[in-house]
Amino acid sequence: MQVSLKWLRDYVDVDLSPEELEERLTMSGLEVDSLNRIEPAFSGVRVARIVSIKPHPHADQLSLCEVTTGDATHSVVCGAKNIHAGDIVPLAPVGAILPAGDLIRSARIRDEVSEGMLCSGEELGIGGDASGIMLLPSDFPLGKGLAEALDLRDAVLDIGVTPNRSDCLSIVGVAREVAAITGKTLRYPDAVVMENDEEISRITSVSIEDPDLCPRYTARIIKNVRIGPSPFWMRRRLEAVGLRSINNIVDVTNFVMMELGQPLHAFDFRFLAEGRIVVRRSRAGETFVSLDGKEHTLGADTLMICDGVKPVAVGGVMGGLNSEVKEETETILLESAYFNPASIRRTARALAMGTDAAFRFERGIDPEGVVRALDRAAGLMAELSGGTVCRGMIDQYPGTVAIVRDIPLRVKRVREILGTAIPEEEIVRILKSLEMEIDRGGNGLLRVTPPTCRLDITREIDLIEEVVRLYGYDRVPTTLPAVSVIAAGSIDEKRKTEARVREIMTGAGYTEVINYSFIPEAAVDQLCLDPADERRRHVRIRNPLTEEQAVMRTTMVYSLLRNAARNADVGRFDLKLFETGRTFIGMGEGKQPREQDRAAFLITGRRYEERWHFSGLQADFYDLQGCVENILDLLQIPDPSFRAGVHEPFLDPGKSCGVFSGEEQVGFLGEMHPDILSRMSFGDTLRQGVPVIVCEIDLDRLTAKCSAKTTFRAIPRFPSSSRDVAFLIRMGVEAGELLRAATDSAEELLEKVRIFDVYEGKNIPVGTRSLGLRFSYRSTDRTLTDDEVNEVHARIVKKIVHASGASIR
Amino acid sequence: MTGELRVLREQAEAELRQAGTEEAFQAIRTRYLGRKGLLTGLLRNIANVASGDRPQFGKECNEVKEELSARIDELLAGLASSKKDEVLLGERIDVTLPGRGVRHGRLHPVTQVRDEICRIFAGLGFSVVEGPEVELDYYNFEALNIPKDHPARDMQDTFYVEENIVLRTHTSPVQVRIMEKTRPPVRILSPGRVYRRDSDISHTPMFHQIEGLLVDRGITFGDLKGVLTVFLKQIFGEDTAPRFRPSFFPFTEPSAEVDIRCVICRGRGCRVCGQSGWLEILGSGMVDPEVFKNVGYDPDEFTGFAFGLGLERIAMLKFGISDIRLFFDNDMRFLEQF
Repeated sequence: MQVSLKWLRDYVDVDLSPEELEERLTMSGLEVDSLNRIEPAFSGVRVARIVSIKPHPHADQLSLCEVTTGDATHSVVCGAKNIHAGDIVPLAPVGAILPAGDLIRSARIRDEVSEGMLCSGEELGIGGDASGIMLLPSDFPLGKGLAEALDLRDAVLDIGVTPNRSDCLSIVGVAREVAAITGKTLRYPDAVVMENDEEISRITSVSIEDPDLCPRYTARIIKNVRIGPSPFWMRRRLEAVGLRSINNIVDVTNFVMMELGQPLHAFDFRFLAEGRIVVRRSRAGETFVSLDGKEHTLGADTLMICDGVKPVAVGGVMGGLNSEVKEETETILLESAYFNPASIRRTARALAMGTDAAFRFERGIDPEGVVRALDRAAGLMAELSGGTVCRGMIDQYPGTVAIVRDIPLRVKRVREILGTAIPEEEIVRILKSLEMEIDRGGNGLLRVTPPTCRLDITREIDLIEEVVRLYGYDRVPTTLPAVSVIAAGSIDEKRKTEARVREIMTGAGYTEVINYSFIPEAAVDQLCLDPADERRRHVRIRNPLTEEQAVMRTTMVYSLLRNAARNADVGRFDLKLFETGRTFIGMGEGKQPREQDRAAFLITGRRYEERWHFSGLQADFYDLQGCVENILDLLQIPDPSFRAGVHEPFLDPGKSCGVFSGEEQVGFLGEMHPDILSRMSFGDTLRQGVPVIVCEIDLDRLTAKCSAKTTFRAIPRFPSSSRDVAFLIRMGVEAGELLRAATDSAEELLEKVRIFDVYEGKNIPVGTRSLGLRFSYRSTDRTLTDDEVNEVHARIVKKIVHASGASIR
Repeated sequence: MTGELRVLREQAEAELRQAGTEEAFQAIRTRYLGRKGLLTGLLRNIANVASGDRPQFGKECNEVKEELSARIDELLAGLASSKKDEVLLGERIDVTLPGRGVRHGRLHPVTQVRDEICRIFAGLGFSVVEGPEVELDYYNFEALNIPKDHPARDMQDTFYVEENIVLRTHTSPVQVRIMEKTRPPVRILSPGRVYRRDSDISHTPMFHQIEGLLVDRGITFGDLKGVLTVFLKQIFGEDTAPRFRPSFFPFTEPSAEVDIRCVICRGRGCRVCGQSGWLEILGSGMVDPEVFKNVGYDPDEFTGFAFGLGLERIAMLKFGISDIRLFFDNDMRFLEQF
């Protein structure tokens, strides 16, 4: 809401500077977003009188003007035809600067000297007719600066009016606030109408068929208007608050809307068939062309203002082209009404017409201010257009607008909410300054009736807010809550898991990314997910900003791959990334999706950043697997394993696996399938042939599994002894089989077995590889003898050989 | 001490001071302490000393002998150790080369700010809880006193999944879900992703908020000011003096917008604060009685306050980031700075 300070002063005395006013309004709840000073775009232009006009001796289209500023006379060559000797005009003498930045210099025009320029409103950047010199009122003092003479300087406050404060969508509304803040008196504008003898009821009628959508409709008739430009003061007012001047009738409707907050509409009475107004819902399929020239096909529920035959306006939103005020319009039917806010809101959205009128109606206008605005506008129209207002008005008020009266306010409740007591006298003073009526019942109970423009005040808490808002938030003492229960803050288990994963991954050199939760719908196709894959059950956004953000992600991998591509695009090919976030699996119409907390990782390029210590080893599956092992280990996930043969269509089938705890899959890990990767929309950004390894794990499942507590085990008192064996196995036999055979042997003395060497190549048969296993044996109650160890070891090795078909190298 | 012994000792010390090599030290040892050495010779001539003085003379000679011997040992040891150092220095490494090891990864700045805020509020007794991101219209709007066809819905441009399912536009629905399930006292903090249909230099369609809620008997607007002041001082520094000013949120009343002095210009006015000298940091207010009614709390028995803030905004101010979209570009050149 743009508020011109000059306009504001018409209704309330303001003795604060614009900056002080800005501060006071902001601190009482009308946030001033910006304060703009309006300065004329010209300088040095002065008021002058034309002394004489002679034709230019060498040019038919030009004339020589002698003009005076009282203290000096100037010869000016001028091309305009609308001037006469004696006219008061703006003169830009030598040295003046015009809005375009042009400096006026002395010039010779066709051999005649011109010491300045007479200006049109257009040339001065203050609007109006470009075709002729701007004619000023005859009482303007000669020589005075034009900016001062026209009082062009102003300050405009741009107020961000919150949706509850529809009463402040007008200059008078803001003036009411200013009066309350500063203790001044509000002056309402004059709304007295001089009427002629013609009774309105003999000219027109209004019937409301749908009072639920239009509870009140008032109208007046103004006859014999002459359409023309508005006077300068009106244009300035409108322009200052960002509205364009159109003509003296339309401008009045806009002016009064800005002044009082009541949107109005002026119909050309000629075009109203049967000379009457019918307010009714539209009929499905009815078409209508609005003032902006757009054609709308209406549904069955739009409130229309109609004449005896057809719609002439979308009620409360926009007028129609068919009844627009034109240059030759003579009779005006002026509408001032109250419309149902929700209905206006639905209509304005459905028709995409967010007009100033709709904005006010949907927030709610003062139902009792309708007539005041009607009279104010009718009076102004008559004054500015030379017309006369017919006697009487039409005021159809079949509906009801809820108006709340006598709201109880307990003085002690103010203290309970604020924590500080405001004296009853002060409460009463504040509420009265806001034009509220107060019935003091005694016993600390007030009954308060707010003015009808304050639709937002219906409850005790609303009144308390009003009190503290004007009392000043800064005057409420700061306290700390008394704690009735000593409770330390707790953190959700899932967040702890997530924090642990972040710790482990950053420690391993992975950097956290945060991606939008949206992905393009085609992402799952690019990942070649099976038709039955639940990750195809998208949550689709009805109104996405772009197709790239059309569905909620069902997997995190896609976003990480995009991050890799994006960074590759700027030359970063060595990446370790991770993200924690949610995926969303659709659960069907009307249901919320299943949201899963997940973590995803990606590594590609060199294992370590390029440094002198390491040669550029390329990261592979095992780099990421090591991190995942760490996570499973530190979260104490029971019975973890990595199992091949888990189908993920976008992973290399030979280099991927499922991550398991017992028999439950908690994630997948693997190298991206090279073909799928290169076919992805951003695939060509990535380096060909460089593996990209990804992993996604389910944090919900991990959290459920990791509740195990850590229990201390005694540090062993007796030494262990170890035995190394190199097994030769056929390709295709997994190391896990050997390890499992060892652990399945259930030998008590076997403490640990691990793989310390993997070899394939020279010196062993083709189609085999060698696995070096180190077994350690220990007893908790004695030092083992070699014989004891050898005996157990031989049994275990035999079992391994038996189970895996391995031989010993 | 006889003059002869004193001279001998001074002479030996002078020679030791001159000497620098192992050979020289050994030669001095031989010359003075050897079987035919000068000191040995002196002792051998003890017969020439008056008999009464002999014990004294012998004692003194032996003392000087031991002293010299120890001194020579010490000098030799010193020589050996500096020789070893010379060898070690010959094998010295370049300590200006960078160290070995995996470079630590970085946490996203939004995560860092979130963790810091959660830590501060954990200290004030708030528990961290979460709620769904794809939310029912009821929780996101209606239970928060934002009915359908109400202009307050314009405050948040919404992504719709279905008529009654939205991407949550704020973390406030978590308030309602928690209050439905628990009785006061309630002290919760709920961080998470939120979604609004908006995209420009200062808006992204997804961003992060933290919601806080405290409900109990006797909680006041003064408490709201107190708790939020403590929080802002911890996060922006002890000299932070927040400003509370009236505002509007459908689910709180009275509502307060909280500003701090612009951290960029210190209140003088700059582009970041729109020349006002103040920065909006969070929205807050006393829980509206209507919300209490929706969750079955008696507004006359319980009062409380709620607040919400945008994590990206805090991160932008703390780190001096001017374009919010950078948070989600995930460009390593950005992420590695935090």
